[in-house]
Amino acid sequence: MIPVSYTVRNIINHKITSALTILGVSLVVFVFAAVLMMSTGLRETLVATGSDDNAIVIRQASLTEVQSIIPRDQADIVKTSPEIAVATDGLPLFTKEIYVLITLLNRHDGDKANVVVRGVSDKSLELRPNATLVEGRMWREGTSEIIAGKSIAERFAGCGLGETVRFGARDWTVVGILDAGGSGFDSELWGDIDQMMDAFRRPVYSSLTFRLADPSSFVALRDRIEDDPRLPLEVKREKEYYADQSRSTAGFVSILGTVVSIVFACAAIVGAMITMFAAVANRTREIGTLRALGFSRLSILNAFLLEAMLIALAGGILGIAAAATLSFVRISMTNWDTFSELAFNFQLTPGIVLRAILFAVVMGFIGGVLPAVRASMKRIVDSLRAV
Amino acid sequence: MPEPIVQVENVSKSYYRDSLEIPVLHDISLEIPRAEFLALMGPSGSGKTTLLNLLAGIDQPTSGHLLVAGKDIASLSDGDLAKWRSENIGMVFQFYNLMPVLTAYENVELPLLLTKLSRKERRKHVETALSIVGLADRMKHYPRQLSGGQEQRVAIARAVVSDPTLVLADEPTGDLDRKSTDEIMSMLSRLNSEFGKTIIMVTHDPRAAKAAHIVRHLDKGELS
Ligand SMILES: Nc1ncnc2c1ncn2[C@@H]1O[C@H](COP(=O)(O)OP(=O)(O)O)[C@@H](O)[C@H]1O
Ligand SMILES: [Mg+2]
Repeated sequence: MIPVSYTVRNIINHKITSALTILGVSLVVFVFAAVLMMSTGLRETLVATGSDDNAIVIRQASLTEVQSIIPRDQADIVKTSPEIAVATDGLPLFTKEIYVLITLLNRHDGDKANVVVRGVSDKSLELRPNATLVEGRMWREGTSEIIAGKSIAERFAGCGLGETVRFGARDWTVVGILDAGGSGFDSELWGDIDQMMDAFRRPVYSSLTFRLADPSSFVALRDRIEDDPRLPLEVKREKEYYADQSRSTAGFVSILGTVVSIVFACAAIVGAMITMFAAVANRTREIGTLRALGFSRLSILNAFLLEAMLIALAGGILGIAAAATLSFVRISMTNWDTFSELAFNFQLTPGIVLRAILFAVVMGFIGGVLPAVRASMKRIVDSLRAV
Repeated sequence: MPEPIVQVENVSKSYYRDSLEIPVLHDISLEIPRAEFLALMGPSGSGKTTLLNLLAGIDQPTSGHLLVAGKDIASLSDGDLAKWRSENIGMVFQFYNLMPVLTAYENVELPLLLTKLSRKERRKHVETALSIVGLADRMKHYPRQLSGGQEQRVAIARAVVSDPTLVLADEPTGDLDRKSTDEIMSMLSRLNSEFGKTIIMVTHDPRAAKAAHIVRHLDKGELS
């Protein structure tokens, strides 16, 4: 076999062409990885919103809380389910909530965006172990007080601690800040459910959430509720419910990103191909000499293919390194599954690293294969006559 | 008389450009005994390189037979021919043809990478070959750090490191000054007399040809 050092040193010796090719591949890998990190971040944020032993009930066939309607009598039937855990005060660890979308203005650029308002009960916080009140205090019953998720507090006018925001024909005062550890609740406003139902003139709930005393009892509970003719409801594990909410947006981002990446990749492949054809042309006499020494066509092919793949690998590593810096970036965009703003981090996983590196190496392979074949097909006598 | 190591029997070679036949070698016959040192002279374009390439198995005759150590090399497949070359042929070129990115040591080691020798055994062979050409102290140098004469000595070490049946040199001193030419020629003479290598050398230089035992002339594709 032609020594790997021959390949590596040729890459190093042709600094400028190698660097340009590496840069091209790294840009593509950066875009590819960034998009995967974005859809993963979106999904993970929503998955983290749900707890393993919580269940959520919404109206049958309504994909999210936005479309869901649950009358009071149905809610009361569900509340009596024996599988529900007991809270510290001896009552069921159960909450009825309403979920309303309102339009607020961005604090910085004045842009409009949809924000989730959740009418909650005194059990809501206990049911969400990932959410804690980090500043101020809880809203008081019977008042127009709300607490704001920290992403909302930062980004929307009137939502900071002590500020006042108007919706539902009322002014609401923000008395506390909720930190939900980067999950979806960071992008919500919470207030007393009775006040919210009043303000929005809604006599019905959007969802019911409760803790299961024993998570394994979920299936039995779900089957009983869903089979009950009085209850046109659907029961889901909270984690699955939120994971489902990321499906179309994360899927769309992935598909769009993949299409863009492939278009960019074509350009990078052409770049790699030009580089490798030039390398083959410049080293024609070396190729002839190696063949004259007894190296086979296959070993010539392998050496040039390896060269293309190593260049691409270097580009892949560079692209991933650049993408890794995005992990510190938090962005906010509309989740089309719920039509509301959601803040999340780009998230790098080992799977993304692996896929991005593989993507790079495949680019190198595709770009390198024709030049490598050409190198291996050259006639020795012609190669040796080249200057 | 011992069996000759090289037998060229009625070999002709033509190149074809488009449909035009360019005859290069006409009905060449030649026998070279083992441990011989033959110089091939002739004007440029007379077919010397072509004949050498045929003997090296990197080109095919249009007609005739080429036997090296009793083997008809025209009958070998492309892959077998590559393997055969690595075992039987050492080549020296006018412009040395060293790999610029490899050190002297690594260049000489190249042919041994095609053998089953261990790294340690390869090291021993490479060091021996480089000390025969007097460059044991330049093993870590890259070709650009060597003079033309030194580069050609590395190329000679590369040609003999795998102990080939035949050493083929195509104008090995064509690009060298007088002093380097003398060095290279004494080195080839020593390989022939001391190590019994069979050498076929193409040259323009009568001075270089003096080192050989037999001098043959090629003119317009005919051997005299
Ligand atoms: N691959 C080739 N295609 C066409 N013509 C060739 C080729 N190789 C050599 N020739 C021709 O064959 C003749 C002999 O070439 P060569 O063997 O290199 O001569 P020498 O080594 O004696 O100078 C020249 O006329 C050359 O142009
Ligand atoms: Mg010639």
